[in-house]
Amino acid sequence: MLNTSRKWQSPSGGFSFENTRRNAVLETSLSEKGYSAPKARKTGTTIAGIIFKDGVILGADTRATDDMVVADKNCMKIHYIAPKIYCCGAGVAADAEVTTQMMSSNVELHSLSTGRPPLVVTVTRQLKQMLFRYQGHIGSSLIVGGVDVNGPQLYSIYPHGSYDKLPFLTMGSGAAAAVSVFEDRYKPNMELEEGKQLMRDAIVAGIFCDLGSGSNVDLCVITEKGVDYLRGYDQPAQKGQKEGTYRYKPGTTAVLTETVTPLTLDLVQESVQVMDTE
Amino acid sequence: SVNGEWRSSKVSTGTTIIAVTYDGGVVIGSDSRASMGGEYVSSRVINKVVQVHDKIFCCMAGSLADAQAVTNAVIHQLSFHSMQMGEPPLVQSAASIMRSFCYNHRDELSAGFIVAGWDSKRGPQVFQVSLGGMVLEQEFTIAGSGSTYIYGYVDAKFKPGMTREECLTFTTNALSLAMDRDNVSGGVVHLAIVTEKEAEKQLIPGNKLPVIQSLE
Repeated sequence: MLNTSRKWQSPSGGFSFENTRRNAVLETSLSEKGYSAPKARKTGTTIAGIIFKDGVILGADTRATDDMVVADKNCMKIHYIAPKIYCCGAGVAADAEVTTQMMSSNVELHSLSTGRPPLVVTVTRQLKQMLFRYQGHIGSSLIVGGVDVNGPQLYSIYPHGSYDKLPFLTMGSGAAAAVSVFEDRYKPNMELEEGKQLMRDAIVAGIFCDLGSGSNVDLCVITEKGVDYLRGYDQPAQKGQKEGTYRYKPGTTAVLTETVTPLTLDLVQESVQVMDTE
Repeated sequence: SVNGEWRSSKVSTGTTIIAVTYDGGVVIGSDSRASMGGEYVSSRVINKVVQVHDKIFCCMAGSLADAQAVTNAVIHQLSFHSMQMGEPPLVQSAASIMRSFCYNHRDELSAGFIVAGWDSKRGPQVFQVSLGGMVLEQEFTIAGSGSTYIYGYVDAKFKPGMTREECLTFTTNALSLAMDRDNVSGGVVHLAIVTEKEAEKQLIPGNKLPVIQSLE
């Protein structure tokens, strides 16, 4: 009987925590010398979504920060999930990216299995169940928006797994700045151009009033007819024109003496290799 | 809190919830504010009164993620139970299912609930299922962070066997008073009124709430 019994093998999927002890030792030894271990890069973001007359508009800034340094000036925070469902991600950049990619493949499989186009609630449910299972350790806040048989819908999902269904939503470090624009000017059943302008203004509020958000405004308009991904819809924070020139004219510094020394070089070896160009 | 630590905190319901029985039914009510770190209102219109079955409602308090997860699990289990029994479930069954989740996962969850409704066996009932899984049946109950401000009011003003109108006034006044004093309760008032005949939902917007300046 002993021959048939097998040693218990721990499941190979999911997260591996092998390096946690090593990381803890490294952190203490670094902090003794006065250094700090590198932190996970956060997107420090402004993301938002609104429902307008014909569908959903999602918006995001494009700055990724590494503590106080801008790591990426033009990253994409609006991720594809399904043909008419997109998701904005805030929080830890890697978590948001990988979570949305996983969801995209799950939703594709589910849709093939049911034989129907995916529903926005399906995406929301799978996301919130996964985030709740990880009890907030996956630090991604998400706004899921899309159009399905039940019409346009917008959901927000927080890192601990709570979710909300609302006509306008903002998340990320610039959420407070962006939601103030919505609270002032949002109306139900807006036209497309009005909606795009409102979304642009909300993201710009986040870009200017939040240190963690910046660079350009990305928009994604999802309607029954299809998706319009407007990358770089607006660039409010472009470099300005310099008012004066700061170059020195040639001759500003007087040349007193000039010495030219030619270097003599000997040809040591020459080899020619013919390239086969047929 | 100058650096915005609220951003990395959990979404909490920070709530005021109440359920009151009257002659022929039960009124269940809540505020509508979800907050983060006691500083940022992440949602000002959230509905904390969730329908778990045709005539049974449940109010959430505590961590929003935990409360939503438990409530969804209870809806799922209660619908199975009801199909197996072939009849509408008892309010006590709903409270019992809720309690088993809260007790078995008491170390991982931080959410409290009020389960209230009507069934054909015992009529209108209110159960409080608190944090660790204790279940108490009461004629009326209040819970959540805002409830501390209205214990005096509800103790003084509650009468058993009120009419529907008296009960609605009592509940709305209690919620108004709590929302005025508690910083993490606010927004609109969500109500559900359950009787033998039907379950009716109401919403009272913030500007239509009673302004209580003096109590005779």
